[in-house]
Amino acid sequence: METMHPVSAHTPRNTTLGKVRTHPTQNEGLIFEKSSPGKRAVKLAPLDVPEVDAAALLGDAFRSEPAPLPEVSEIEIIRHFTRLSTWNYAIDLGMYPLGSCTMKYNPRVNEFVARLEGIAEAHPYQPESLAQGSLEVVRELEQCLIEITGMDAITLQPAAGAHGEFTGILLVRAYHESRGNARRKIIVPDSAHGTNPATAAICGYEVQNLKSNALGMVDVAELERIVDEDTAALMLTNPSTIGVFESEIHRIADVLHAKGALLYMDGANMNALVGKARPGDFGVDVMHLNLHKTFSTPHGGGGPGSGPVACKAILEPFLPTPVLARRGDGTLGWNFDRPQSVGRVRAYYGNYGMFVRALGYILANGPDGLRQTTEDAVLNANYVRASLEDLYELPYKTASMHEVVFSDKRQAARGVKTGDIAKRIIDYGFHPFTVSFPLIVSGALMIEPTESESKEELDRFIEAMRAIAQEVDETPELVKHAPHSTRVSRLDEATAARKPILRWRPAGE
Amino acid sequence: MRYLPKSPAERNSMLEKIGARHVDDLFVAIPEEYRLRRDLKIPPQMGESEIIEYFRKAAAQNGSGYASFLGAGCYRHYRPVVIDSIVQRGEFLTSYTPYQAEITQGTLQAIFEFQTMICELTGMDVANASMYDGSTGAAEAVMMAARITGRSHSVIAQTVHPEYREVMATYAQHQGLPSTTVGYDPRTGRIQLELLDAAITEDTACVLVQSPNFFGVIEDIPAIAEIAHAKGALLIVSIAEAVSLGAVRPPVEADIVSLEAQSFGVAISYGGPFCGVIATREKYIRQMPGRLAGQTLDADGNRGFVLTLATREQHIRREKATSNICTNQALVALMATVYLTVYGKEGLRELAMQNLAKTEFARRTLTAQPGQNCLFEASPRFNEFVLTSEEPVAEMQARLRAQGILGGVDLTRWYPELGQATLWCVTELNTRAQMEAAAQALATSSAVGV
Ligand SMILES: Cc1ncc(COP(=O)(O)O)c(C=O)c1O
Repeated sequence: METMHPVSAHTPRNTTLGKVRTHPTQNEGLIFEKSSPGKRAVKLAPLDVPEVDAAALLGDAFRSEPAPLPEVSEIEIIRHFTRLSTWNYAIDLGMYPLGSCTMKYNPRVNEFVARLEGIAEAHPYQPESLAQGSLEVVRELEQCLIEITGMDAITLQPAAGAHGEFTGILLVRAYHESRGNARRKIIVPDSAHGTNPATAAICGYEVQNLKSNALGMVDVAELERIVDEDTAALMLTNPSTIGVFESEIHRIADVLHAKGALLYMDGANMNALVGKARPGDFGVDVMHLNLHKTFSTPHGGGGPGSGPVACKAILEPFLPTPVLARRGDGTLGWNFDRPQSVGRVRAYYGNYGMFVRALGYILANGPDGLRQTTEDAVLNANYVRASLEDLYELPYKTASMHEVVFSDKRQAARGVKTGDIAKRIIDYGFHPFTVSFPLIVSGALMIEPTESESKEELDRFIEAMRAIAQEVDETPELVKHAPHSTRVSRLDEATAARKPILRWRPAGE
Repeated sequence: MRYLPKSPAERNSMLEKIGARHVDDLFVAIPEEYRLRRDLKIPPQMGESEIIEYFRKAAAQNGSGYASFLGAGCYRHYRPVVIDSIVQRGEFLTSYTPYQAEITQGTLQAIFEFQTMICELTGMDVANASMYDGSTGAAEAVMMAARITGRSHSVIAQTVHPEYREVMATYAQHQGLPSTTVGYDPRTGRIQLELLDAAITEDTACVLVQSPNFFGVIEDIPAIAEIAHAKGALLIVSIAEAVSLGAVRPPVEADIVSLEAQSFGVAISYGGPFCGVIATREKYIRQMPGRLAGQTLDADGNRGFVLTLATREQHIRREKATSNICTNQALVALMATVYLTVYGKEGLRELAMQNLAKTEFARRTLTAQPGQNCLFEASPRFNEFVLTSEEPVAEMQARLRAQGILGGVDLTRWYPELGQATLWCVTELNTRAQMEAAAQALATSSAVGV
């Protein structure tokens, strides 16, 4: 292993820092800048029917000027996007400990099976008799997720976590309405992800903030004080966003239930629980899962995701339409006759391609593999914690589950912030952790290694973090101006927001 | 377990470093009574070959080899091979939201290119990085219009995809955003302009139409815009068949365009993942939902890209955000970007022309059969048309199926007033032989009589 010590801002060529060495990257302009009239990358099959006069057919609706899309050849397209791709960091390149996002390995067999013709080409309106295979996949995944969560019923319709939250809170609302009063407010801890309060608001609820206690956990006494007959639900992330299991979860549920309120669980952190504990067993009424986190479907530079919502039987009547049902003759079909349903939250049946991948992941693991996965995820986080807590401030000492949240308190004293440390770890060949979240930790460094990291990769990461701590003491400027090895240096975000340039325009336009 | 990169000895040495004897010591925070002490009841671990076999079997249980005329928001178009080569690169596939701009320039520049192409296609000034799909995008567009105008009511055409309308209703219902549905002219299949005018009140935030609409008919956007704008309402145009933009005039009079980009190289995959996108006028940027990539400079003066105007978003604004969306459909937007680059200016136009020609041919061929009528015959349309016949839809479809043909989507559940109506979709992938076979099958069915 190469030794690691602070290097000058301009790392000399052929110097290894962490697990990386700089190498040239190809320059590449915008695709529009390569365009030249007459170049093309497509050849259509010849038209086998008579041509039509589009202008005559469409009349005023005819587009006289084609959109000025780029005109380029196929080799230029491959090079363009391949060059762009090399400017990205990715799980496939190394550890991506972006807390709360569960950046685990995305198995390639799942990509393969999602592209099988009979699966990829299935149309949502093809007759159910010709879609039994697609429906079986939905069925199997539903069953597995119900078992994993310990809930009674599920919908796979929501397209991502936030969309699942929206769906889940609508279930809560419909439930209360069916009992005569939708209630007025949703309680959201101050440690919650931004989507939680945003969701409560778009579901027509007032958001009541719940301050965390000194351990960063739900203050049960305070909760008890504010829960009332106007409370529809508490939206709780468990393990919480500081990676800590809410040990008093059952009391929390009891406090809510005593006032007729429900417990919603944001399941973003299920990677800490799968096969070890089930939300349905500890009092949760409704929750969402993120197939793109816990169940390994690729994040794709920001999406797609999938956010199934699992619930207890009391909420089942309200699930979005349609729900999958086994018919009398043993076939599967969609049931649209759901008079109490909250309605649809998305056209068709959800991000189906993600169901295939998530099921592929579950099948590859089986019960023993899923449990081992969870144990390794928790082991990795605790290993990172044990290896860094002497250098980085641990604001909450409570036991960590699948992620550990440090603060930049010690480094900030020398003028170096979490964001600077994040930029510097890039130079060592890693994706940064999540910065500045959760909001209850000032200057948070939220590290979620996931189970996908080997001891070797973790050790490299730890070494890099330790080296940076030393740099903060000895050469803080080096950290404050990082990254030094990327194709672009720090970007001017302020100007980007003040004078937004959100699209390319041809010169002179 | 083959995805886990650790030996038992490594696990033990890590536990030692932590100071734990057993991995279960790390789970002590979970009260004993909630620990699962048994195996999950899910299928046992499978090898890769078994997984492939499992899904092959599922795929085989679906119908295959049919000539399909199904559309209705999910369109079969040819998908160039390079799209998959590019999106399967791990650097795109296995990265996430580009918060750390210095190591996500690839994703950021691709988003910037996507935004630009969507603007060029729709005639809008700005487009976002994606929404979940066309249905949720439409719902978000309505909420956006309400924020811009300070009004709450929306007017929605009955010719908008019925499932989009259901989604919009779900979103609007809990926010006190009432809506009125306006019917269509039975002769043209377009929104009834007099009824539209009457439905707009002082509290109407927006009019939302789909064009080409659910029947495939292109709406009279300039006329609709004039009516909406005269009363201070915004116009939202939802586009479900994005390839139409190769031949159909963009809705430049609209204030917001909500596009479903599935047609641009995205597999139908039983309805998702797809790619919604919202485009609008510059002056409304700050009310837009979703992520935006913007151009800027780095400290050394190089061009670079960042996520920008984040103060609209949930992670900054929390309950005051323009939307709760976080994860979007980035990889699918990349597919669309590559697709548009492959087709380019001329290719997209040629493609749209082929779709028009094939649809016209199919329409004429099918309606030449006795008892088969095309509704809204004189209206401009893109690649879908409504066929009515005397024979009950279920029987007609069964007959077609027996000939290896998936006929048009059954409209009786959404538009019973049309009688025995089906919605046929024809793209460049439908061959003349398929259309003639469908006509033949219809002829037989009418010959049999009802
Ligand atoms: C704790 C938590 N809740 C909710 C979300 C939102 O999920 P999504 O991005 O899938 O909408 C996230 C992640 O992004 C999260 O980390």
